[in-house]
Amino acid sequence: MSLTPALEELVEDFGAVGTKDKLQLLLELSQELPALPARYADAADSMEQVHECQSPLFLAVEVDEDPEHRVHLYFSAPPEAPTTRGFASIMHTGLDGEPAETVLGVPDDFYTALGLTQAVSPLRIRGMAAMLSRIKRQVRAAVGGSDGGAGGQP
Amino acid sequence: MDNRPFLTGRSGDGSLRGTIVAAMAPTDPDPKLAEYAHPERLVTTAWLAEHLGDPDLVVVESDEDVLLYDTGHIPGAVKVDWHTELNHPVTRDYVDPEQFAQLCGERGISRESTVVFYGDRNNWWATYALWVFRLFGHEDVRILDGGRAKWIAEGRETTTEQPKPPQVEYPIVERDDIAIRAFKEDVLGHLGGQLVDVRSPGEYSGELLHMPDYPQEGAVRGGHVPGAASVPWARAANEDGTFKSRDELSAIYEDEQGLSKDEPTIAYCRIGERSSHTWFVLSYLLGFEGVRNYDGSWTEWGNSVRVPIAQGTERGSA
Repeated sequence: MSLTPALEELVEDFGAVGTKDKLQLLLELSQELPALPARYADAADSMEQVHECQSPLFLAVEVDEDPEHRVHLYFSAPPEAPTTRGFASIMHTGLDGEPAETVLGVPDDFYTALGLTQAVSPLRIRGMAAMLSRIKRQVRAAVGGSDGGAGGQP
Repeated sequence: MDNRPFLTGRSGDGSLRGTIVAAMAPTDPDPKLAEYAHPERLVTTAWLAEHLGDPDLVVVESDEDVLLYDTGHIPGAVKVDWHTELNHPVTRDYVDPEQFAQLCGERGISRESTVVFYGDRNNWWATYALWVFRLFGHEDVRILDGGRAKWIAEGRETTTEQPKPPQVEYPIVERDDIAIRAFKEDVLGHLGGQLVDVRSPGEYSGELLHMPDYPQEGAVRGGHVPGAASVPWARAANEDGTFKSRDELSAIYEDEQGLSKDEPTIAYCRIGERSSHTWFVLSYLLGFEGVRNYDGSWTEWGNSVRVPIAQGTERGSA
């Protein structure tokens, strides 16, 4: 189990600053969350809702057919939910484009390394944990479906 | 058992300081607000727009989403973060008098300031912040009816510019944990009296240990305090985030639920935030006497050994 280089970098960034600046960092990330591609924009019901988040968050996972099964993530969260958007953006920055095996190898409690529990309530932090577990579940399903269940299946 | 003084006979929210003194900002004369028991506890968006920048008026944003203020807020408004600034950093309690004085002083809030709170989600956290300010006896505290959502829906001005209020002196005042706050022992002593459970129906019946769509937050038993009426807090709000009219509120709490404004009442939820909204409604909009908020709420009660619990949709009795 290990973090992706991009997640390592985020952990370093968050670790280097105090509580107030952690929130600023999260705010900046929330603003960098890519817009939803048109194919999802009008098809919210094709996305999975992350019920554990305190604001509506929808998630779509695509896995490439290439041998590495690269993972692509798409998120939809309203502008009035910046914390949720920030968490989604951490996921996007840290995991998008990574091979399926790498995504499945990220520790489930990786968010503790971000040190955000001082700044954000534990309820919200658990929303981020739920995002990762839902992403992993979808990745497992996709990889399992394309190569007979050999890849990444526990 | 609790041997604290009984709370009837105090005005409004049970405060020992009954009336608002003359120096404070004028009351919003809006006719809807005038119907409420304490119209001076609310302002409309129109009133606030007109009074922004008044000396001695401080606008405070308190949101469930701790980043929301930074994406844009009412010009001049300061932020209070419920999670990091109202709670004690170690003990499960609120900030102490020194911390509260610092919190206010840094935001340009003096003891005489009129403080208008607003926030997201039907002013859920705004009423929570207001309740904590009342624990410290801050006199002139008000809620912006409709909160953040209404201000933005009306296309009113917002800014990301952070105000830099000059530091002011706020006195060190003891917190009054008697008038409007209830502890577990108080609730045990109050069994048989009026209780309002403001959580969702599933939490009340015991089917759920947490809010729908929210993660489990650590209660080992489900259900409600025996005898508690079930009135989910958001029933007091309209679609646009404003409070329902006095008649509509009275129809819910008094007619439908049979609650009496002359009887002491304790409201609770999961950690005391949703119930501060109901505390506000009962105390200031309907004029109930002696309403207390039990901030230990279900995360304390549902984990306590041998306290009585009722399950199902009936109130039950202790």
